[in-house]
Amino acid sequence: MNLLDWLVLLSAVVGVAAYGTWRTRHTDNLNTYLKGNSTTKWGTIGLSVMATQASTITYLSLPGQATENGIAFIQNYFGLPLALIVVCAVFLPIYRKLGVYTAYEYLGQRFDRKTRLLGAGIFVFQRGLQAGITIYAPAIILSTVLGWRLDLTIVCTGLLAIVYTVTGGSAAVNLTQKWQMGVIFGGMLTAFVILLTKLPPDALPIAGALGKLQAVDYNPDLKVRYTVWSGVLGGFFLSLSYFGTDQSQVQRYIGGARLREGRLGLMFNALLKIPMQFFIVILGALLFVFYQFQPQAPVVYNQTQWQRQLSGPEAASFRALEEKYATLHTAQQEKIRVWATAQNATDPAVTAEARRDMLEAQNAANAVRKEARTALQAADPTTQKTKDSDFVFIHFILTQLPHGIIGLLLAVMFASALSSKAGELNALGTTSTIDLWRTFRPLAAHDEARNVRAAKAFTAFWGLFAIAFALFVSFAENLIEALNIVASIFYPALLGVFVVAFFLKHVKGTAVFWAAVAAQTVVIAIFLLGKVDPTREIGYLWLNPIGCFTCVIFAVLLQAALPLKTARAG
Amino acid sequence: MKTPSNPPPPTDDAPGIPGFRTWRGVYLFVLAVFIVGVIALTLFTRTYA
Repeated sequence: MNLLDWLVLLSAVVGVAAYGTWRTRHTDNLNTYLKGNSTTKWGTIGLSVMATQASTITYLSLPGQATENGIAFIQNYFGLPLALIVVCAVFLPIYRKLGVYTAYEYLGQRFDRKTRLLGAGIFVFQRGLQAGITIYAPAIILSTVLGWRLDLTIVCTGLLAIVYTVTGGSAAVNLTQKWQMGVIFGGMLTAFVILLTKLPPDALPIAGALGKLQAVDYNPDLKVRYTVWSGVLGGFFLSLSYFGTDQSQVQRYIGGARLREGRLGLMFNALLKIPMQFFIVILGALLFVFYQFQPQAPVVYNQTQWQRQLSGPEAASFRALEEKYATLHTAQQEKIRVWATAQNATDPAVTAEARRDMLEAQNAANAVRKEARTALQAADPTTQKTKDSDFVFIHFILTQLPHGIIGLLLAVMFASALSSKAGELNALGTTSTIDLWRTFRPLAAHDEARNVRAAKAFTAFWGLFAIAFALFVSFAENLIEALNIVASIFYPALLGVFVVAFFLKHVKGTAVFWAAVAAQTVVIAIFLLGKVDPTREIGYLWLNPIGCFTCVIFAVLLQAALPLKTARAG
Repeated sequence: MKTPSNPPPPTDDAPGIPGFRTWRGVYLFVLAVFIVGVIALTLFTRTYA
């Protein structure tokens, strides 16, 4: 990085944060602080929804995942447009009609206090921990490649998000997210165009022949992680719970001038999300092709750690792996060229043989890459906290892009971390104030200034908690994976509670509360069964419909049984 | 004689998008775009994968 990169990075990241803080510094109205400016239009809402969902992982890790495993991950988003239609038609009008600040406030009005506390508690528990990961995940990668201190990267990013989120609440979050999305779109498009100029003309056929372009898979096997069926059905329930019941999203669209603005903001996402994700995974697949034609493609992409080993005590074995890979990589390049030429041959047998040779060469090169990663992890256990594929895009950015653009792309990574982090903190502060603090201090509900002060204090608390947790995570192994699992097993039952609330008017609070507890137990049991006996493991997306349906069925059965019990007791 | 009546004022719930009078129309349009998108991705897969 040079001075120009620093200027671009700081003006895009700190500049937007400072602008948001300054513009919203006088926000002292509770409604504006929690729901955003009442004049917010659909474009701002739409970008805000998008910015909250897409964290740095989306822009940094997803291209790497496509480089490694192909673009099948796109199917995860197939349920999203369908879920957003349901949120627009059912969830949003009810939230607006009741004038609630949080989704869980609605549960309190529809059922009772314990169900509201259950919903708010599940959200605060899992989102509070996730907020730490939102800062930690990009910080570990960026600090590694840029040579920055991990703890300082975490603290600076976290404090910047805290400053403007605490100052202006939802108004500041909406305003800054709009500009941050501008930086993200601009940066990603620039990187994509530059990548295109560096590719051979038959890049797409090569990526396809090497197994990176299978976008859809109609395989009905439940064990296959990404298929059209798991994407549409599992993705539908996952998106419905995320957009309909997670306060970090609900808060983005319940404000706005009119119901129309929220609906159009969500429909904007329903139309753009799949194309946007496709663009990101295609970028990853094309990065794969780009590296196939690099004369000195890295054996691992985490070059900072790899270079450290090359000057360490085991340098000879690492150098040997590097040389072995270089030989195989050159052979693979040749096989790809032969296949590309054979494409034009009329004999299909020749083409098939060339493809077989190319795939064999790829497997041989991949085996050495795997060996190198294992050796690196054994020599430096800190590398076990990241996947090598997470470094693919950042390696491309730092080695292939001109100065200035490097700063812009780094701004993309920090802007996405700040935008998703701010959305989370804003929601955590709001839920803590409205659903927890107010519930136990009902007399404070009418004091607006005190409510704003409480919301600011809770937002700051969650921000500091996230920083502390991110610093702790750096000492814990595999915690990120554990937390992702926690999130995926806690959403389905909560969605079941909301489905009952919206569609089964005769079911009351006690029945749905215990049904949610039972459904949660079932989901955890299925998950643990899959861990104990891997032959019974199912794709995690399937937990969403299972947990939701279980909650709904239990709620109906319990509601039918409870009056009988009451009658017998009477 | 019937007096020409003014069109009713737009309600809060009107989409206000040219070509769409109801939200149901907007939802059907989004659904149609999604289906076309999945078909396009299927064709993309068949072409390249």
